[in-house]
Amino acid sequence: MPLIETKDGPLWKRRTLKQSLTRLFWWMLGLTVAAFAWKLISDKTNWFFVQSAPKEAADIGSRMMPPDWSYMDVLWIPVWETINIATLGTLIAMVISIPVAFMAARNTTPHPLARAFALFITATSRSVNSLIWALILVFILGPGVLAGTIAIGLRSIGGFSKLLYEAIEEINPVQVEAIEATGASRLQQIIYAIVPQVLPTFVGVGVFRWDINVRGSTILGLVGAGGIGLQLSGSINTLAWTQVSMILLVILLTVIISEWVSAKVRGAII
Amino acid sequence: MSDTNSQTPSYSDYWKRPPFIKRAWLRWLLIVGFAIYLAVALGTMDVDWQRAWEGLPRGQRFIQAFFPPNFADNRGVVFDGIMESIWMAISATIFGIILSIPIGLGAARNLAPSWVYFLCRGIIASSRSFPEIIMAIFAVKLFGFGPFAGFVALSIGTIGFFAKLLAEDIEVMNASQAEAVKVTGSSWFQWINYAIQPQVMPRMIGLSMYRLDINFRESAVIGIVGGGGIGATLNTSFSRYEFDTTAAILIIIIAIVMVLEYTSGYLRKWVQ
Repeated sequence: MPLIETKDGPLWKRRTLKQSLTRLFWWMLGLTVAAFAWKLISDKTNWFFVQSAPKEAADIGSRMMPPDWSYMDVLWIPVWETINIATLGTLIAMVISIPVAFMAARNTTPHPLARAFALFITATSRSVNSLIWALILVFILGPGVLAGTIAIGLRSIGGFSKLLYEAIEEINPVQVEAIEATGASRLQQIIYAIVPQVLPTFVGVGVFRWDINVRGSTILGLVGAGGIGLQLSGSINTLAWTQVSMILLVILLTVIISEWVSAKVRGAII
Repeated sequence: MSDTNSQTPSYSDYWKRPPFIKRAWLRWLLIVGFAIYLAVALGTMDVDWQRAWEGLPRGQRFIQAFFPPNFADNRGVVFDGIMESIWMAISATIFGIILSIPIGLGAARNLAPSWVYFLCRGIIASSRSFPEIIMAIFAVKLFGFGPFAGFVALSIGTIGFFAKLLAEDIEVMNASQAEAVKVTGSSWFQWINYAIQPQVMPRMIGLSMYRLDINFRESAVIGIVGGGGIGATLNTSFSRYEFDTTAAILIIIIAIVMVLEYTSGYLRKWVQ
């Protein structure tokens, strides 16, 4: 922090000239990128449609009111399906993540190559959105809940094993040593020294992931993979706006409740 | 453990791991409840096993059609789509963060008066209410097909994410630094800029990279509902059975996400 001597006494500044210039450079670079990105998007936009957006929003909004309450009779089963997709998908991911996470953690991996392989699985699973997984699986397994469940499972493996292997790497090694000193085998060390330490994380992450998956499974129906998204896209395509608002309301409630449950459970564990 | 010790005066040579949930009734309630749920869920799951079984050999052929990935044939379209996704993600991240800063400041309990607090928390809650893709469906309805709709949807998603984390970070900041700057007689803006901004900045830079990563991943699916970007190209390649191109697009997406992830990890280490 430089002090500049002026005739009125020393003046305090937060940054040196060089620091200020570096910052200015980064700001300019950022602004240029932003302006360029904006120009590319604006070139591909039909501004006539954008101008009419407020009018259209008001129009759709008025058509959505009031929500079609009676449509709820049809929605119970899709909601149930949506929650099942999320829960079963999370379970699949949890089971598969255990070996992957133990392979990926530096302190438990059997071989560096196994670690690289596990990290590759983690990254691939995380990079591909569950909707794309669903798109592929609907092709193979046919439309329905099964494709959605497996899609959610495949997408969750990455996020799940990443958090789990980080937890395994951060365990207290003293406990492992203590168990090892009793003459325990490698497997016994894992069961008695590592598992108890990461179990709270495992359950916590599972519940957290479940909450994310409930959100994710509400939209899988857009590509035919079951759940309430199927009704949503159907109602939008037939312009049944009162049904759409009812579905949105139900999705909102489902998401809020699942978030609440997950927060409660995690609060109880941690 | 203590139970066995109190019952037997000499030390027992038998030891059992303590259960994860200590209250027995709760443990059994959870186990039984979950078992019933699983049975009902699996029982009501309407799966056409025959269709799935028939699909397996088809799936094998389908996976084979992915290889080798074809980067060449549609490279013009794929390149345009990827570029659109990248620029969409960048501009939505920048725009979303610019909007998030005032909202995040307003949603911090220790900065804002209560009516601003509730207003800003309301904005955050409503922008987090729906998945980005549902936002995108409506943005496409309102603004027409193309990247602008995706940009709007991703910006809204960014606000919910960034403003919430910014507000939470400000709420747990070190209050004495803020006080120290305040007693110098600083104005409100000076106070924000010299006492609060330096405390939250490192984490925010990391988070903005992370959000860019999320936005890019989301932009890959927003195209499925017409919001522009690589998702549209991906969906087209699917419907045209050009699976080798699909594979190429997926590989490119995975590669870009990995690059973004490493950059953000590196950047976070560097700023902290």
